[in-house]
Amino acid sequence: MRLTLVSCVTVFLAKSCFILYVKQEEERVDQGKDCAVRMKGITKRFGHFTALQEVDLEVQKGTIHAILGENGAGKSTLMNVLYGLYQAEEGSIEVKGKRVNIKNPNVAIGLGIGMVHQHFMLVENFTVAQNIILGQEVTNRFGVISMAKAKEQIEEMVKKYGLHVDPDAKIEEISVGMQQRVEILKALYRGAEILILDEPTAVLTPQEIQELIHIMHNLTKDGKTIIIITHKLKEIKESADICTIIRRGRYIDSVKVSDVTEEELANKMVGHAVKLVIQKEKAEPKEVVFEINDLVVENERKLEAVKKLNLKVRKGEIVGIAGIDGNGQKELIEAITCLTKVKSGSIKMNHEEIQNTSPENVIRNKIATIHEDRQKRGLVLNFTVAENTILETYKKNEFSKKGFLNKEAVLKHTKQLIKEYDVRPEDCENQLVRGLSGGNQQKVIIGREIANEPDLLIAVQPTRGLDVGAIEYVHKMLVRERDKGKAVLLISLELDEVMNVADTIAVIYDGKIVQSFEQGTVDEQTIGLLMAGGNKNGQIK
Amino acid sequence: MDRLNKILKKQITATFIAIFFGFLVATVILAVAGYNPFEAFAVLFKGIFSRPKYMANVIIKATPIILTGVSVAFAFKVGLFNIGAEGQFIIGTVAAAMAGILLDLPAVLQFPLLILIGMAAGALYGAIIGFLKAKYGIHEVITGIMLNWIAFYFCNYIVNTHTFHQDNSTGSKNIREAGFDIIYNWKKSAGGKSFLKENPTLMEIIGKTDLNIGIIFAIAAAIIITIVLNKTTKGFQLRAVGFNKDAAEFAGINIKKNMIHAMLIAGALSGLAGALMVTGISHKLSTLGTFENYGFNGLSISLIATNSPIGCIFAGLLFAGLLYGGGSIQSEIGAPSEIINIMIGTIVFFVALSRFIPVLVDKYGRRGGKHVK
Amino acid sequence: MKKRLLALLLVLTVSVMATACGKSSTDSEDGTQTNEPAVETEEAVQETEAAATDFNVGMVTDTGGVNDKSFNQSAWEGLQQFAAETGAQVSYLESTQEADYSSNLDKQVDEGKNLIWGIGFAMADAILEAADMNPDANYAIIDNAYAETPDNLTGVVFSAQDPSFMVGYAAAYTTETNSVGFVGGMTSDVIDQFEYGYRAGVAYAAKELGKEITVDVQYAESFSDLAKGKAIATTMFSNGCDIVFHAAGGTGIGVIEAAKDAGKFAIGVDSDQSDLAPENVLTSALKRVDVAISLISKKLLEGEAIGGQTFSFGLAEGAVGIPENNPNMAPEVYEKVMAIQDKIAAGEITPPYNEETFEAFNQ
Repeated sequence: MRLTLVSCVTVFLAKSCFILYVKQEEERVDQGKDCAVRMKGITKRFGHFTALQEVDLEVQKGTIHAILGENGAGKSTLMNVLYGLYQAEEGSIEVKGKRVNIKNPNVAIGLGIGMVHQHFMLVENFTVAQNIILGQEVTNRFGVISMAKAKEQIEEMVKKYGLHVDPDAKIEEISVGMQQRVEILKALYRGAEILILDEPTAVLTPQEIQELIHIMHNLTKDGKTIIIITHKLKEIKESADICTIIRRGRYIDSVKVSDVTEEELANKMVGHAVKLVIQKEKAEPKEVVFEINDLVVENERKLEAVKKLNLKVRKGEIVGIAGIDGNGQKELIEAITCLTKVKSGSIKMNHEEIQNTSPENVIRNKIATIHEDRQKRGLVLNFTVAENTILETYKKNEFSKKGFLNKEAVLKHTKQLIKEYDVRPEDCENQLVRGLSGGNQQKVIIGREIANEPDLLIAVQPTRGLDVGAIEYVHKMLVRERDKGKAVLLISLELDEVMNVADTIAVIYDGKIVQSFEQGTVDEQTIGLLMAGGNKNGQIK
Repeated sequence: MDRLNKILKKQITATFIAIFFGFLVATVILAVAGYNPFEAFAVLFKGIFSRPKYMANVIIKATPIILTGVSVAFAFKVGLFNIGAEGQFIIGTVAAAMAGILLDLPAVLQFPLLILIGMAAGALYGAIIGFLKAKYGIHEVITGIMLNWIAFYFCNYIVNTHTFHQDNSTGSKNIREAGFDIIYNWKKSAGGKSFLKENPTLMEIIGKTDLNIGIIFAIAAAIIITIVLNKTTKGFQLRAVGFNKDAAEFAGINIKKNMIHAMLIAGALSGLAGALMVTGISHKLSTLGTFENYGFNGLSISLIATNSPIGCIFAGLLFAGLLYGGGSIQSEIGAPSEIINIMIGTIVFFVALSRFIPVLVDKYGRRGGKHVK
Repeated sequence: MKKRLLALLLVLTVSVMATACGKSSTDSEDGTQTNEPAVETEEAVQETEAAATDFNVGMVTDTGGVNDKSFNQSAWEGLQQFAAETGAQVSYLESTQEADYSSNLDKQVDEGKNLIWGIGFAMADAILEAADMNPDANYAIIDNAYAETPDNLTGVVFSAQDPSFMVGYAAAYTTETNSVGFVGGMTSDVIDQFEYGYRAGVAYAAKELGKEITVDVQYAESFSDLAKGKAIATTMFSNGCDIVFHAAGGTGIGVIEAAKDAGKFAIGVDSDQSDLAPENVLTSALKRVDVAISLISKKLLEGEAIGGQTFSFGLAEGAVGIPENNPNMAPEVYEKVMAIQDKIAAGEITPPYNEETFEAFNQ
């Protein structure tokens, strides 16, 4: 026992001495380089989950550096370490050639690092200018805020970088794209030289994305450095100079974007080759099974979020609803699944009105739903896989008799489902579903919902947070159900997904379906415009 | 090594380690206070195990807290924190005592009826909490605490009404003998008395204690609740609501109904404990000065048992043993009775912490593994 | 590595447990001698100073516990006093719930106590039952007189009406508003002694003074509801009372607090309660449970037969009265009260102890 202890200590000491020596060597070598940020051997654990394992990152000054990875790969964690929101267990950070210890975001801001989060942190009923100077107020000698002076500074920045916003507009009145610009301005106002953008395009329309890319180029021309977190390959190709790929918390590669194709990037991100376009036959739609007429639904704030929406879904087709988040999708799906009350209008399934009944009734009417939030709505994480597969059907004679569950039948059913949908690990029927990966959790849900033999399968953001392989699988399943003659309704914020998978593409804007197209009769630009509230002629209302 | 790791990761091992630490802290405290800890523990164990009668007393004291423990554990499985068990217990005693004084039926009917009335009263009282939570979203801890006080004062009110008050006492009249526990009535009968005289051991266990059939109810309740939770569709619904009510709702399970049902059942268990207290031990109501902690001890027991109904049986026996045997520490070696309370408190404290033991084992266990390589 | 440490820890656990168990088993083998532990408790130290005896007295508290600042505490002090004087062994068992009474009483029997005290009339039924089950053990109870007392049971009651009469008399001589109050715990024979003794004392003094003094009587229906006691007394003070006497245990602590807040007087009970509010406690009606316990225990120790009867403690035994130092009371009032005490002791005044005798007294 004691011997082990001694040897352990010795090895440990020797190891740390060596590391220390190597590190000092490196520091000496790197001092002259034009390196804005250098992170080395970053390891971050949450409990016994290792989010980052010895990740390296080197960002050159004046470049746009993309960090690519699937959801959950550790991109945001790495940036949160750089911004001081998390402390890494191991590893070192250098900013502008100097070794630093970023204990909290204030230290990061002091070092000239700014971060724009996915969810904006703005005061809704303050003006743009007020938000920008918040915490860094310019005052005259009497301690009174001097707005005129602040506005002057802001307008200067606006002009310089093409960040068009009205400093006097209130945040709640401006678009999401503008709010993002306010966030960028806020960071610049605090003297940011290095700007981290966390999934900046997730909430933007295609037009706004183009504008953002333009702004980023303006900023780098001025010598600023931009780090952009994303999993969208197209944007990387369009904007970034260098791309660092992270997969499952590990550093994979850093590449010059102009040297690689999208497919190559995708391969590095996922780890194996993937086809990005789904193969399917042309749809052969039959009669209408699901019909929404003049539906009005209020949101939590008692404002109408769905406004006289009309929609039809036929057997044998996939209807995809494209739209930007917050245009009534959430309320629409809650109304269909009877989680919320409908104010007026009707939802008919097989000619029977189902609105304002109960979720149980919805299931009884042969509607199966893959919810976007699988951990909140889709699964009971502390239940076993088997228990989750009968979450809706436990009362069926097949699985229970006189109030007692038939465990054997449930297990048999689950084993079959696991095999059919290739859930891994394959003997997981008695494991907690919590232990499964996101993709396998989604497979359990899809298997369960399809096993219900629905007439209408609703999939809301079914590929959220999944890796490319799993995405492909989910899409294949949706097409398979269509081919079996079922109706499928796909609601997604990913335009690509809707464009690829759906036979009919309906665009939702401001609580209404503004227009529908057959697949292949419309281009991305037109849809993007409609999503942003424009009309077909390309004008924004 | 891996096997040791596995064992250490189990909740039950963590619980035992926690209990050990509880004793360790008590050892230190006793030693600091100038008493020989080992002697104190010897007295403690002697006070529990040295005579069958003592063990019987531990079982008697464990009965109500096992039931309230199961009540709390059950509600917890459905995601509700039943701090109202105390009030449900009190209402159970009040209902059973009122019925026991007012009704005059043959023993065959009277005793089971009192038990049922106590359960029903507790169930309804618990259901109020569930209803307020389901209908208006009021947190069950708030309503639970409020209803505890309402039950408390309701009990004191009933004790002091003319119909129920016993003159020159702080309590109510006794319930009619027909409502007494079966064992009690038997040992007071002529046949029982002569039988016990010939069996000194039984005389000790039954004659000199309040031994009653409550423990059978308690064990049965723990087993039934375990079966309901794990084998029935109702239990499936309840657990689904407890683990993730959003998913349960989405899957078509009526969460409001299930919340009310859960509190109804939890209340019935606490009410049963109250009814058994009246039929088996007290035979009357007393004016309450403070809460008697039957419900609150249930919370501790559920915690020690990590919300396992079967675990509650053992946790209840441990708790009752400490409480009962702890009394001997004062009377035999003179250490203040607070010591035993500190010890129980420490055990509960460490059990609460023990959820971290598997995490620690994981952390250090893994690190250890790395060094070995 | 760490795993091995944990293993070590586990082994340690088991061994300690084993030691503890082993200890307990060896101890229980010598069965009868277990109640002579060689541990230095306070009592045991005193025991070595005085002549060591095998005489062993135990008490069981009611649900108030041993630190209730009331008669449980007083009783324990009495036992400690007894131990110090005689070298006997004493111990207590606390009841936290009513259900503990019978098992605690039973445990005392197993420990071979020569006398077992039950504190408070709440334990009357439990003690009677225990005395019935264990004819060889001796029991005594504070504040209860049985209609039929078994041979191995002793009742102890106090003439609480005597000190109550005295404090009532003092209150009447002190009041400026001609209005005084009384807060009782719960109606019972014991509390009746306080109420009617007090009212008679006030009436007696009022007659002497030739004026009318009203007595506001209220019950809190609890002996432990401090808040309620405070609420009742506060109402009394705002209604014009300037002195309130309580016979309400823990509830009464609230009465004294109310007096402190209102700047008026309270009269304490059982023990000298002036330390709770030195400026606002006029005096206290002493009921020395400790004296009674010590005396009765001594009687048994000296071989006197005490069973089958009820002892009544009054002025003669020094078990009731008022404190010697009453800084808030005018010296001339104190002298008058002492004169009244002499009259009571001499039998010239017989304070009433219930409604019936109170009415007779007034005529």
